[in-house]
Amino acid sequence: MTKTLSRAHYKTTLSAGSHWSFKLRRGLSLQLTDETGGANVGMVLYNADNLLERYNAPDTLKCQHTFHLTQGHCLYSDMGHVLASVIEDSVGAHETICGNSTRDGVRESMGERSYQQDRNSWHQNGYDAFLVELAKYGLERRDLPANINWFSACAIKEEGDIALSEGPSPAGSQVRLRMDMDCIVVLHTCPHPMSKRGEYPDSQVRITLTDAPPVNDDDVCANHCEENRRGFENNRLYYLGSA
Amino acid sequence: MIKESFRVSARAVDSRTVDAGDYYLAILNDGDTLRIVDLEGNQAADTLFYSAKDPTVHYSASNTIREQGNLYLTAGSDLRSNENTVMLSIVADTCGRHDTLGGACSTESNTVRYDLEKRCMHACRDSWMLAIAEHPEYGIRKRDITHNINFFMNVPVTPAGALTFEDGISAPGKYVEFTARMDVIVLISNCPQLNNPCNGYNPTPIQLLTWTQ
Repeated sequence: MTKTLSRAHYKTTLSAGSHWSFKLRRGLSLQLTDETGGANVGMVLYNADNLLERYNAPDTLKCQHTFHLTQGHCLYSDMGHVLASVIEDSVGAHETICGNSTRDGVRESMGERSYQQDRNSWHQNGYDAFLVELAKYGLERRDLPANINWFSACAIKEEGDIALSEGPSPAGSQVRLRMDMDCIVVLHTCPHPMSKRGEYPDSQVRITLTDAPPVNDDDVCANHCEENRRGFENNRLYYLGSA
Repeated sequence: MIKESFRVSARAVDSRTVDAGDYYLAILNDGDTLRIVDLEGNQAADTLFYSAKDPTVHYSASNTIREQGNLYLTAGSDLRSNENTVMLSIVADTCGRHDTLGGACSTESNTVRYDLEKRCMHACRDSWMLAIAEHPEYGIRKRDITHNINFFMNVPVTPAGALTFEDGISAPGKYVEFTARMDVIVLISNCPQLNNPCNGYNPTPIQLLTWTQ
């Protein structure tokens, strides 16, 4: 499932309740590893050259005829481009519909967010974490699209009822993205908004940056469906004439 | 959930028809009610809501779905904002189920879904772009165009996670009605899509009726 990675350009580990954003150039790979199991990683992506272009969950789901995200799926922008693609995944399903934990929600289910009392163990929530990172790029709440929650999945019943799946991500679970455009990646490791665990998680998420394999003829994402071939063709047009 | 309205058409303060490919942009005040009628059946009404006081507060499909624990919208659904406040409530629905997963069609997504050379076909997000360009006074910009509701559209999700656009479950004369719980801006694109069954491949007009409190 997980192939040998090329030399890591950078590795770091984020504790639960952290947030971070960075520019990641196309051709690089971002691998997330849930070291402890049961982690949640909220993520949104923006075209680094045009912040008005951003990850679009509806376009991503409908053009690949899926509710879940896993290996082979592309992450589409609202402009028909492939921002990134899921080239490896040991989990099998990640959700992009349920949004973020909030200050009120975390207080009710896991206790007050108090930096004064808890310092680095404070109960940060996903929504505030995103707002903090977005502000660094001149972005606001209006700019936050429906996010991805890596390592979290939904169970769906016939009538559309949804619940958070129990334990989809054992320790060591990995998902690896290839960046297909230069992106601002915004992520947090706050708990999933539907978590019923009752206590703030103690997860550790490792981030590994490496070179990504190019989109070859046998590419798992380009070959996933005809739509993805056209998505990559849109990317080719977008970068026409650039190195 | 099928729930018929008690409201009488003759008492509506405003009644208008919106053709497929056109938009509707107006304020609905707190307590007022808007009905969308699917006049000829199987039509998708792609809808966004914003707080009239602060349009950076907008409809959130994620918060709406999560808080009700269900993917579909119908009578009894509270439509929530990105601040997780209730913006509107669906108070009547004779269709039974509405989509908020599928998003709005765009010329760009059409290139991915159908063909690169279909980029110039009319699309909901183009109607919204024209709406906000013609009405800058509402303070809505491209960055505010987000994940919407598709009234009357049928996007079933299976337990295995397959998501498809299916032929509509709506029919001529079916309607959905919602009451504002704060002053909201309503932005509707009456969907012009010709490439999938969301409109039965035949985009048709909708009727909008407004009642004041």
